[in-house]
Amino acid sequence: MNSGIPIQYFLILATLMFFTGVYGFLTRRNLITILMSVELILNSVNINFLAFNRYLYPHKLEGMFFSLFIIAVAAAEAAVAIAIIINIYRRFATINVEEVNEMKF
Amino acid sequence: MASNQIMFILFSAMIIVFSILTVTSRKILRAAVYLLFVLVSTSGLYFMLNYQFLAAVQLTLYAGGIVVLIIFSILLTSHISQNFESSGWKKNIFSAIAALTGAILAIITILEYGFTASTEAAQQVDMRLIGKSLLSVDYDGYVLPFEVISILLLAAMVAAIVIAKKGAPKKIVLPKLNQE
Amino acid sequence: MINFSYTIWIPLLPFLMFLLLGLAGHKLKPKLSGLLGTGGLGLITILSYVTAFKYFFTSEKVDGAYQKIIASNFTWLQFTDKLHIDIGVLLDPISVMMLVVITTVSFMVHIYSLGYMKGEKGFERFFAFLSLFSFSMLGLVLATNIFQMYIFWELVGVSSFLLIGFYYQKPSAVRASKKAFIVTRFADLGFLIGILILSFNTKTFDFITLTDPMGTAIAQGGGIAFLGLSVMTWSMIFVFMGGVGKSAMFPFHIWLPDAMEGPTPVSALIHAATMVVAGVYLVARMFPIYALSAPVALNVVAYVGAFSSLFAAVIACTQTDIKRVLAYSTISQIGYMMLALGVSGYGGHEGLGYMASMFHLFTHAMFKALLFLGAGAIIHAVHSNYMTEMGGLRKYLPITHITFLIACLTIAGIPPLSGFFSKDEILAAAFHSNKLLFAVEYAVAGLTAFYMFRLYFSVFWGKDTHYSHEPHEAPATMTIPLIILAVGSVVTGFIPFNKLVTSDGKIFESELELMIAIPSVLIGLLGIGIAYIMYRKESAVPDKLAATFKYSYKWAYNKFYMDELYLFITKKIIFRYIAEPVAWFDRHVVDATMNAIATVTQGVSYRIRGFQSGQLQKYAFVFITGAIMLSILFIYLWK
Repeated sequence: MNSGIPIQYFLILATLMFFTGVYGFLTRRNLITILMSVELILNSVNINFLAFNRYLYPHKLEGMFFSLFIIAVAAAEAAVAIAIIINIYRRFATINVEEVNEMKF
Repeated sequence: MASNQIMFILFSAMIIVFSILTVTSRKILRAAVYLLFVLVSTSGLYFMLNYQFLAAVQLTLYAGGIVVLIIFSILLTSHISQNFESSGWKKNIFSAIAALTGAILAIITILEYGFTASTEAAQQVDMRLIGKSLLSVDYDGYVLPFEVISILLLAAMVAAIVIAKKGAPKKIVLPKLNQE
Repeated sequence: MINFSYTIWIPLLPFLMFLLLGLAGHKLKPKLSGLLGTGGLGLITILSYVTAFKYFFTSEKVDGAYQKIIASNFTWLQFTDKLHIDIGVLLDPISVMMLVVITTVSFMVHIYSLGYMKGEKGFERFFAFLSLFSFSMLGLVLATNIFQMYIFWELVGVSSFLLIGFYYQKPSAVRASKKAFIVTRFADLGFLIGILILSFNTKTFDFITLTDPMGTAIAQGGGIAFLGLSVMTWSMIFVFMGGVGKSAMFPFHIWLPDAMEGPTPVSALIHAATMVVAGVYLVARMFPIYALSAPVALNVVAYVGAFSSLFAAVIACTQTDIKRVLAYSTISQIGYMMLALGVSGYGGHEGLGYMASMFHLFTHAMFKALLFLGAGAIIHAVHSNYMTEMGGLRKYLPITHITFLIACLTIAGIPPLSGFFSKDEILAAAFHSNKLLFAVEYAVAGLTAFYMFRLYFSVFWGKDTHYSHEPHEAPATMTIPLIILAVGSVVTGFIPFNKLVTSDGKIFESELELMIAIPSVLIGLLGIGIAYIMYRKESAVPDKLAATFKYSYKWAYNKFYMDELYLFITKKIIFRYIAEPVAWFDRHVVDATMNAIATVTQGVSYRIRGFQSGQLQKYAFVFITGAIMLSILFIYLWK
């Protein structure tokens, strides 16, 4: 299925996706979109793992299981993050990260 | 050009385009939908790499679970058509420079490194094998991470309930410090 | 062997009473707590009398000497095999005698206080402190070792502090209590040093080992250590310093007159009869060491005692506050006891001075407590401390008058009252040992008679003063102790002390020496006579005399400016040249270093606090940029 596609393509794709996520993380102000950027980052990592697994160690399953666990962790993280976001919204009536800055000096 | 290459280009293009849209869209609900497209395309990549189970998990869990969760929380906290105030151009430019630098650095590294593809026969990934590996205590078994993840999920569930529980929020009156 | 183990309850009972009254006193009715304290003390008074009777009359003697009995003992702090501090009960003639003195006077004072302190705020607190004091004092006299004695020594200091400052709303009382505490504490420093030197040399705290005349402790006395005196002498001088502080001898006497700010019963109990004689008791307790191993230290004791007695007697002649007169009289009388110890030898008839000192301690406790309680009754009636505001009180206070007169006659040494016998023994001892000291004491005897009768005449006779309200006799709770103590003052002179309390525990023969007794009575009568002329009726003689000897009168009236001298030394010299530089160093060097650290930290953090902006994305930006930088560094530049 993947003949004719070098591994580098997958890796470059994952890199681009990763840094798109980073860019989003750095620029978005809404906490929920920041969370989405994090999801992008996690996904790019997943792609990397699977590509490595398929191209370099096709007889093993480490990469796949790692991705599986990352998905599980991402799910947990999303649940907790959204709980926190809702709580922040209740307390500050906003989810703009720049206005939630009580932790400054 | 083989069909798989076309599919790869298609998925890649979708992923990159929708990723960029996700992080730049002014409307938050649209951003969520773009994210959904990215995730679906990613699961397409998984299919291409012959990891059907993972692709299915990606579809159900990410596309079906997390995105829905995100959309719910958007509905709880924002107006649907709410526009972002655009963040400062300075911030955008610096972030873009940082991201681009990182990306270029990573791509150069990837291109410089010669990957040698393995010639070993591929392992057939079927459901039975996945289930056995997850619960196996052998050398290739994953029972310990499995258990750890299950504990983590439990803890996350409890934490989410506790944090989001509706109690009268204690009003914390913070002393205003002199802004210098 | 008789079982004396119950004697542990003699100090313990007041302690329990202190805990009860101190912790639960405010819940009880004041009257009940007063009665509880008094009852507890009455019980241990009986116990003490029983103990004294059993000890002196039924216990076995060895070689005709009273034995030292350890009635109970337990090891409190065990440091090493040799070094341990015990708490216990030691019975020997002087501790048993002190038991009787303390419990008797304390019991009388308790009864008296029921009347005197009636309606005062803090009535139960007063009784709690009295119980604490009784406990500490009994623990002190029953101590089996010098360290236990030191502990209780400090405890009596604390309870004295608490009782002097009983009226803590009065600034003068607070000042007086602080003064008493600091002065005695300073002297106790010497005591502690003395204990350490002594026990370092002898390797023991135990009194029985220390004072065994055949023992090693005494044999070690020889050898010159420092400034031409032996180690033992130095340690004994330091130990005596503690005694000087507690007994208000010169030069640490300054706290005692001020201590009269406390309630009068307290003055009677602590500052006349019991605590202030602790110094005498201390010297008596260590007497074999003084006599056999440190004769120089014993001479110091004698001269300090003689000087204090003269010095205080002169001041007493000029004071107008009746309690202060009595305070100086106390200093003077304790000086007598010290002198008697100082001129005494060890064993047999040589130990006459020792016996006389203990005898005088005993009788003095009775008549001085009586004098103070009488003074309390007078103050109670007149509401003033100054004898210039009194006069002609004999009509209003008949019982107080009679008892006070008895006490005055006793202290003046008129036969057959007790003071005559004990003072006579002291004079005899001094006469046989040192003629100079004898002459001083002889003069002091006259002065004593003079100032006591000056007090007596100007209070009870003299001019008829008009009082704003009719003075009335004190209630029965106050007069009964007066009567009992008056009886005590009369009869205690007939106790044969030479058969009971002697330096080596053995009986010796002593008879009245008429050669000394007759002149001492005469000089007492002379003092009374002069006082009679000057103060019986209102007369101009005292004022004229004061005008003639203007300067010396002024000096004596101002207590020879001792307080001012102390203030000068402490304020002008110690504070200015030691404390102020130290304070300066503390403020400008120690504090300044700390302040500099704080200032620098504050300044730096003020400048860098902007990093902590609270902006999540700034942190993330810095983190990512840093990660990229590090990657570049390690991949491309680090080669």
